[in-house]
Amino acid sequence: MDLILFAFFATIAVACGISLVVQKHPIGSALSLIGVMGSLAVIYLLLGAEFIAAVQLIVYAGAIMVLFVFVIMLLNAGEETATGRSWPTRLLGIPLLAVFLGLLAYLLQRMSPSMGTVTFGAFNTGAREIGRSLFSKYLLPFEVTSVLVLIAILGAIVLARKEID
Amino acid sequence: MPQLNAVPLSWYLMLSAILFTLGVAGFLFRRNIITVFMSIELMLNAVNLSFVAFSHHLRQVDGQIFTFFVMVVAAAEAAVGLAIILTVFKNRRTLSIDEVSSLKN
Repeated sequence: MDLILFAFFATIAVACGISLVVQKHPIGSALSLIGVMGSLAVIYLLLGAEFIAAVQLIVYAGAIMVLFVFVIMLLNAGEETATGRSWPTRLLGIPLLAVFLGLLAYLLQRMSPSMGTVTFGAFNTGAREIGRSLFSKYLLPFEVTSVLVLIAILGAIVLARKEID
Repeated sequence: MPQLNAVPLSWYLMLSAILFTLGVAGFLFRRNIITVFMSIELMLNAVNLSFVAFSHHLRQVDGQIFTFFVMVVAAAEAAVGLAIILTVFKNRRTLSIDEVSSLKN
């Protein structure tokens, strides 16, 4: 059952990822990215990370992607115009990416006997474990993160405001 | 032949590698600034999957805490990045990254 669920949602994630790269219109890419994030949330659930799956759906597929779709609509972004790319990108891009993926696959293949398997329910973490760790061991990084978010809010307001004459 | 209810950890990592490579491909080949930005989000998601998979493998919650921090940083990055895109569009009337080349040469 685990295997079937993993295979199904991994296929959806990869298909949506390919769709993100090949779609011509940005709104198509945004919808594909939502598909990737939704299927990744299910895969997080398979890995026992309940809290992260919920946050993935709320923050990523909810908040961040709504921001993206708003900006696409606000700027009335149309289909992208194909411009002449530099020849190294055209010639070397795909082969180098294939080499990169092959290298990662080779390393994973070398490591895989020592890594074991994932069984659903073997290690479940809800909000309680995350919260306990977040507010004891990782308290300082958490506070620094809140400052970072405050700076991001101020930066976004300063950058996007209308000039007042 | 693996058992039906035990997925090898390397498969999760392989999925993460494939998604990361797709993100790099989108970053390199696309010319729309918003799509390039979405490719960066795809790469962040791929790395998050690796973090959660290793968190399960090591039976420790720390990997998920890191995923949480990556999400917060991604949200901050999206807010500031999209504000920058708005400003660029306001000044240049274009979304193509080939035409925003003031810093080149």
